[in-house]
Amino acid sequence: MSVEPLIFEKGAPGRRAATLPALDVPAEPLESLVPPHLLRQEPAPLPEVSEIEIVRHYTHLSQRNFGVDTGFYPLGSCTMKYNPKLNEDMAALPGFALLHPLQPESTVQGAIQLQYELEQYLAEIAGMARVTLQPSAGAHGELTGLMLIKAYHEHRGEGHRNLVLIPDNAHGTNPASATLAGYRAVEIKTDPATGGLDMERLRSLLDSQGRQVAAIMLTNPNTLGIFDRNAVEIARLVHEAGGQLYYDGANANAVLGITRPGDMGFDVVHFNLHKTCSTPHGGGGPGAGPIGVKEHLVPFLPGPLPARDEQGNYYWADPGPLSIGKVRANTGNFGVLVRAYAYIRTYGPDGLLRVAQSAILNANYLRHELASDYEIAFPQVRLCQHEFVATAQRQKQESGVTANDIAKRLLDFGMYAPTVYFPLIVHEAMMIEPTETETRETLDYFIKVMRQIAHEARADPEVVKTAPHTTPVGRLDQALAARRPNLRWKPGQEATHGLGQP
Amino acid sequence: MLERLGLQSLEDLLEPVPEEVRLRRPLNLPPALAEPDLKRLMTGMAARNKSLDRVISFLGAGTYEHAIPSVVPHLQRRSEFVTSYTPYQPEVSQGMLQAIYEFQTMVCQLTGLDIANASLYDGATALVEAVFMALGPGGQGEVVVSAGVDPQYRRVLRTYAHARGFSVREVATENGVTSLAALEAAVGPETVAVAIQQPNFFGCIEDVKAIEPLVHRQSRTVFISVTSEPASFGLLASPAEYQADIAVGELMSFGNPMSFGGPALGFLAARERFLRLMPGRLVGQTVEEGGAKQTGYVLTLQAREQHIRRERATSNICTNQSLLAVGATIYMAALGKEGLRELAALCLHKAHYAQRQISALPGFEPAFSSPFFDEFVIRLPISASRLQEHLLQYDIIGGYDLGRDYPDLADHMLFCVTEMRTRDDIDRLVAALKEVAA
Repeated sequence: MSVEPLIFEKGAPGRRAATLPALDVPAEPLESLVPPHLLRQEPAPLPEVSEIEIVRHYTHLSQRNFGVDTGFYPLGSCTMKYNPKLNEDMAALPGFALLHPLQPESTVQGAIQLQYELEQYLAEIAGMARVTLQPSAGAHGELTGLMLIKAYHEHRGEGHRNLVLIPDNAHGTNPASATLAGYRAVEIKTDPATGGLDMERLRSLLDSQGRQVAAIMLTNPNTLGIFDRNAVEIARLVHEAGGQLYYDGANANAVLGITRPGDMGFDVVHFNLHKTCSTPHGGGGPGAGPIGVKEHLVPFLPGPLPARDEQGNYYWADPGPLSIGKVRANTGNFGVLVRAYAYIRTYGPDGLLRVAQSAILNANYLRHELASDYEIAFPQVRLCQHEFVATAQRQKQESGVTANDIAKRLLDFGMYAPTVYFPLIVHEAMMIEPTETETRETLDYFIKVMRQIAHEARADPEVVKTAPHTTPVGRLDQALAARRPNLRWKPGQEATHGLGQP
Repeated sequence: MLERLGLQSLEDLLEPVPEEVRLRRPLNLPPALAEPDLKRLMTGMAARNKSLDRVISFLGAGTYEHAIPSVVPHLQRRSEFVTSYTPYQPEVSQGMLQAIYEFQTMVCQLTGLDIANASLYDGATALVEAVFMALGPGGQGEVVVSAGVDPQYRRVLRTYAHARGFSVREVATENGVTSLAALEAAVGPETVAVAIQQPNFFGCIEDVKAIEPLVHRQSRTVFISVTSEPASFGLLASPAEYQADIAVGELMSFGNPMSFGGPALGFLAARERFLRLMPGRLVGQTVEEGGAKQTGYVLTLQAREQHIRRERATSNICTNQSLLAVGATIYMAALGKEGLRELAALCLHKAHYAQRQISALPGFEPAFSSPFFDEFVIRLPISASRLQEHLLQYDIIGGYDLGRDYPDLADHMLFCVTEMRTRDDIDRLVAALKEVAA
């Protein structure tokens, strides 16, 4: 298969695409404006390429990339739903896209209004008092939430609380965020009977170290796709011990209009707008991770917060002296917030409920249909939520075919792979999240392909173990990449290996 | 489908959610809107903003208006890029991986440093991540930051410092640049890092060649350079040329709309020795397994990251700003080696023309005599807010009101002039200022 050379391997000296305006003002000699010792000696050796070279190069690259617009993307916990084109158009309106963050408030009334209303919508969806739109991603929301909790405890003279309880099936960002917030993460095992939190372990931890516990971080439904029925009891126990409850909203697609983190007893919740509210992931970002909080945490929110005066004018309000401060420059990923606003207004209350119901239905359908060929984690739990975990344990035992092999083989059928080897507590895990936007036909095709792969694993395991066979490149040498890191092109570097067209 | 599951209704499907937490009413949200209605609503909201296509703006202060060639959005918005996730399956994600590898390379080319990551949320959080690298896992110490670093960046740094547990000491400026005497006094054995912005928040060019030895007098102190106006890389000495160890900043203005300040595009580049401490995604070049050995790209050194190392990760970052990195990469390819230099020269000369014209008006005085790039500070004859109101009548947005962050700079305005401002724009600003001149 052909390869695409790097942009640095294209072009010729003196070639270029962008034009710049002519200098239309009188200019003083450069040396009189900048002390010579502070001038650049070696120019940045950026590519020298024509516009058509750029267009072909990045068009080729896009063709070597798989998105939701290409095909089914059942990547568990990532909620790869369809991203409506309408929302892209709204974010690109010059009245939103061409705004400087420091413009006078009188010139950005629509932008502040949008954020003021979005905050109210998210607060209602989460069952919270207020929301900050500032965090840039889910992990950023987690860290911000933990900072709020820390400020709250310190304000009450309980700054000694230094533990954050985290289930063993949690997203990796949870313990990493806890560390960055200056906390020690304490892991709690999953109850093998229910797939929920081990309540006995929680009780004994709270008995022995409850006075040290700052918070517990939970995802509900959790990463096994199981709704923890003990949520309210967990909230009671943790609150009794003086701790706070943090809700990881990565799986919020399952609860829209059905239940609310605030009603379950949580104090802080983050949203992943790039999951639940369909803003595109952009190959890894941008996202947005607004957090909602209960009344007692409002004074600690980062600022500024959008506000509205009696005349109906919008402005940025100072959050007050207890605020933790800012967690990023400016007020948030506005372009992402515009898309989320469009999403919520398009669906309305009934539509959002249907989103969650359909997501749950689709996941249960896949779980049910795959159970004949794959082991399902926690099969005793009758119904899953928006996602579930299947495993390749049977295939691995019978023919050595792993979850990774199955993931790679799926690519040959024009579909992306599930999240594999996560959650860490399930061997050969394949975490599958179909989302609500897929048709029955797509789900049936996925089932058919998964059954065929299970068949291949028995009849012709090599075809699975050596997959993918039809992608732009075959399996890549990860070990080599880590052993001899090559993170950038350098002049003189061996040319891209393979036959590449200019 | 319900039938296959042996269920009667959607309600049966919700059985796992206990009744006590069920929401038994519709969410209190406005009703659904059809596409034409939504477009009308949101176009109306957008029209309530005076966007930069309708006004002449002299705002910079961390967010810069640079021309975006049409080729950039056309390619960046290809939906295979837009609708993909973090490239966990490299065989079908070569496009995004290769684009990010090119981005990492271009960040190295701009800064002159050895390695760069795949992007961070913004310049402010990139500075925080650089400080975490200097501290090392569990490390303690003090970070020295110039008051010439963007006040928003410093505010974010203080927020994180309180949570993570390290101290921040600020060093005053003198004549618009970091006071060398104050810096020398502030750096000691406890200093894990020194952060200097180039050009700094006032637009002034720091004498980084004189600063560097003061930082590295302590052999273990890490010199972090911050750059929020990347056009300056076209003319000013690169971070590598002035011996910075880590360079961070903001690349949003290269190819991406400013979008009210977000999504932004934080970058981070460093010397090779910081490789294992790097936060965020890293893309590496490798070859296929087996016989073919064709070149390919993968996410690499993931053992640093949260999804593997959990509480011992170098950072909690997961989502980054990949799509903006693609935009910046295409922009830099379009601009090219010579274009970057020309861009910087245009900004420099236009800003100096504007500064000379404004300074000639009675009552308007340059606050500092230090050299500057494309922003400059002017002391005003009236308050910054009154001046802003005056200018708005002419659909001009003036500079940033420095009194908001620096009490001793009340009635001072930070003006920014990029290649986007024509001589006519500048002359119109000057004419409007003349009306309030003393």
